[in-house]
Amino acid sequence: MEVGISVNGTDYRSDVEPRTLLVHFLRDQLGLTGTHVGCDTGYCGACTVIVDGRAVKSCTMFAVQADGRSVRTVEGVANGDELHPVQEGFWERHGLQCGFCTPGMIMSSVALLEHNDNPTESEIRHGIEGNLCRCTGYHNIVRSVRYASAKLRGEKPEGASGEVAP
Amino acid sequence: MSTISAMGGIVRRKEDPSLIQGKGIYVDDVKRRGELVAVFVRSPFAAATISGIDASAALELDGVHAVYTADDVRHLGPNPAQVAVGTLRPLLADGSVHHVGEAVAMVIADNRYIAQDAADLVFVDYEPKDAVVDLKEAFADTVQVHEGASNTLLTWHGNAWWEGVIELPDPSPGIQAAKERDDTVVVGLEMVNQRLIPTAIEPRAVLAEWNSGYGSVELWTSSQIPQAVAGAIGVAFGIPFNKVRVVAPEVGGGFGVKLNVYPDELLCCFASKDLGRPVRWTETRREAGFSSTQGRGWIGTATITGTRDGKILGYELDAICDMGAYTQNFTVAIPLLGLFVAPGQYDIPTSYALHCVVTNTPTTDAYRGAGRPEAAYYLERIIDAYAREIGMDPADVRKVNYWKPDQFPVTTEIGLTMDSGDYEKNLDALLDRVGYEDLKAKRDAARAEGRLLGIGLSTYVEVCGFGPSALAGLGFSWAGYGLPTAFNGSGVVRVQPDGTCTVTIGTAPSGQGHETTWAQIVSEGLGIPMENIEVRHGDSVDSPTGVGTFGSRSIAVDGTATFEATKRVKEKAATIAGHLLEAAPEDIHFADGGAHVAGSPDRSVTWAQIAESAYQPHTLPEGVEGGLESSVVFSPPNATWPFGSHMALVEVDPETGDVDLLEYWATDDCGNVINPMIVDGQLHGGIAQGIAQALFEEAIYDDVGNLLTASMLDYPLPAAESLPMFSLDRTVTPTDVNPLGVKGIGEAGTIGSAQTIVNAVVDAVSHLGVKHIDMPLRPKRVWQAIEDARN
Repeated sequence: MEVGISVNGTDYRSDVEPRTLLVHFLRDQLGLTGTHVGCDTGYCGACTVIVDGRAVKSCTMFAVQADGRSVRTVEGVANGDELHPVQEGFWERHGLQCGFCTPGMIMSSVALLEHNDNPTESEIRHGIEGNLCRCTGYHNIVRSVRYASAKLRGEKPEGASGEVAP
Repeated sequence: MSTISAMGGIVRRKEDPSLIQGKGIYVDDVKRRGELVAVFVRSPFAAATISGIDASAALELDGVHAVYTADDVRHLGPNPAQVAVGTLRPLLADGSVHHVGEAVAMVIADNRYIAQDAADLVFVDYEPKDAVVDLKEAFADTVQVHEGASNTLLTWHGNAWWEGVIELPDPSPGIQAAKERDDTVVVGLEMVNQRLIPTAIEPRAVLAEWNSGYGSVELWTSSQIPQAVAGAIGVAFGIPFNKVRVVAPEVGGGFGVKLNVYPDELLCCFASKDLGRPVRWTETRREAGFSSTQGRGWIGTATITGTRDGKILGYELDAICDMGAYTQNFTVAIPLLGLFVAPGQYDIPTSYALHCVVTNTPTTDAYRGAGRPEAAYYLERIIDAYAREIGMDPADVRKVNYWKPDQFPVTTEIGLTMDSGDYEKNLDALLDRVGYEDLKAKRDAARAEGRLLGIGLSTYVEVCGFGPSALAGLGFSWAGYGLPTAFNGSGVVRVQPDGTCTVTIGTAPSGQGHETTWAQIVSEGLGIPMENIEVRHGDSVDSPTGVGTFGSRSIAVDGTATFEATKRVKEKAATIAGHLLEAAPEDIHFADGGAHVAGSPDRSVTWAQIAESAYQPHTLPEGVEGGLESSVVFSPPNATWPFGSHMALVEVDPETGDVDLLEYWATDDCGNVINPMIVDGQLHGGIAQGIAQALFEEAIYDDVGNLLTASMLDYPLPAAESLPMFSLDRTVTPTDVNPLGVKGIGEAGTIGSAQTIVNAVVDAVSHLGVKHIDMPLRPKRVWQAIEDARN
């Protein structure tokens, strides 16, 4: 089947098998390997992308379901060389270790902050609940999102770079 | 802005810019022209004989290139990186299967969809047999996993831990005598340390490319030990090690599950050689539960005999340890690691028997902490039970029995040497920070109102920083498989002709931030800015003498090798700079990206000028060789022994049994710290894994060996909402077994945390009569324990 999907602002037309998952379309056909596959059940969230403004797990969506829609992946988050505040937050606050869950975690965080630019700790934890990280224990991910939230609101994030205390 | 990093300072990670932009390269991101995809046909039975395999329907599908069975790969022999105890696993099941999910056939096709379709068409004729999953039944040999052989492979004893190597007096008579005294108490508990699925978020992945022209093979694999994988390929295929390259690029979490040489790695090499095309395999999440290694899986009884004023006169541990159906790399060594630290941080008489028993389940092997969390769990749970029995504060009981600082170095009963420790100081630091007395008052006040608050404490010691080459003689190496290495660390520091620096290390990190930490070591040593230092790792050709990343060994061993290499490069650079500046080498010091003459700040040369000279040998002083690099292999004289104290505050809902983790504090001691931010991050993750074991993680098998928790829907991992923020602090007790004074931190959080949570929950309900609840402390189990105690 032919599909037309906008990915990170570029329109792609492509022939896909109907059973092709969106994540495989992104990774195998477009070569956008930033979106990862961590489970087969839509549970871990490593494959999270933003479809028409909503965070979606791309291993539970067929490419044909994205026909005519707009998809954002981690490759399309930064503005050229300028990191998105969420990316900056993850770097500043050590919000990643192995980095495998990170693209999905960043996409969920971006979507969260687009809907609520000043979330409480509890709202942050709830907002990223669909994304599993085995490395960080989430402590520094929460701090990363808090950093990004301050940045997006035009405030100076608390504390110094890499600061250890919460 | 250039940054000269100081060791000990917080530095943002060099790894992160690529990873946060989705530009990091993991194995499944690597593409090769013409690559094919492998999918495995796996056994639905835990025990069966195979009377036939019919792949004809699969082979008729368009896009299918081959279906391989044991007949095709038998000539490769079993996986060379297995411990030769028990029954060796063939690369593909050969006539019988011994656990659900064992690979029976391998299908190769154009893509993953076709390969899966074809795998479903491979008909395997099984004759099911009785399987054994329950550890006590397996120990009793009611069903033999491997026909004609006892299920008990060996037993690690505390009084003769390696037969013929060390013989110690049997402490049991003393313990027995103490038991019979009138003034002692004996407290025993049978406890389960349940099976866990490590669950790195990145499933394992493999891409093999055999080049028949060069007679060489390149394998990309998500491994913690690329050098050992390379060695195993060389041995299995009978090709020299210099024709094998194994690369572990970014690795999405290791935790021990990627510390193995797996059949699929060898099979993809075989298929690539046979078909003349690159072959990839990417594990599905369900396969991760069936075919990769799992952790823990002990059932045992811990017993303390002690006086009523807290002096422990004997500690006994008798446990059956689940090996799964086969023994892989370190399978039988995991209980031994537990044995190394079984008496923990205490000067107490000990007696142990750890029985290594096979069952019809996937293999167990290293999982974060590997033997040490199990040992700490039994010891620290029973100490709590003992403290409760004699009515003494659990912190005080621990202090009575600690090794004291002036006793170090301590030779443990088992014959190992503990480098340094100050356990009471560390515990006091935690108790002071927490406000222990106030916390107890808060708990008691809540209890008076009918709320179930509990405080849990655990302290621990671990042995890590492997390791001394001498251990190779005791079997602790891959040398037995013809692999070229013991547990050395390696570091190569090379200043390039433009003055930038390339550092190659023997580790293969999976998120531990080695690029940053190692760059800090070299930057401080040479005065070269962080951004001009590239750290390379995870490539068996770059660093054939390293052994990878596991057991919290990297910084203590490979870090030291790099530190020593840095010193040698610096010495040579001082000679060259002195020659260029017409000064004595001892008057040269390095800072701000160059070399300076002491007392004459304007007399200086840049690293680029030094390097230019080094690579133009005619400009060098007489007798100085060209080039500016050093390669060091380091074998430490001993392992290292980090330690720490953890505490948790929980509240149990008496109506539902739900456990709410309110606070978590830890004071750890890993010796000197290179990057506090990274060290704390390692602790966060480790603590989360221990908490998850305590509260909800468990690999569950039914009676016939089906894994009921093979997906993430059934195997709950901690999510952001299930954990609190952690409150961390540290004491610093350096080691003298390496010049950096570092000990290791990757597993500490896990070793300290599970029993901290269980101690807290039992504390919350002990006044109701509950003495113990087995992990995982799911609400129903806690609720049931309360109900049972009340009735």
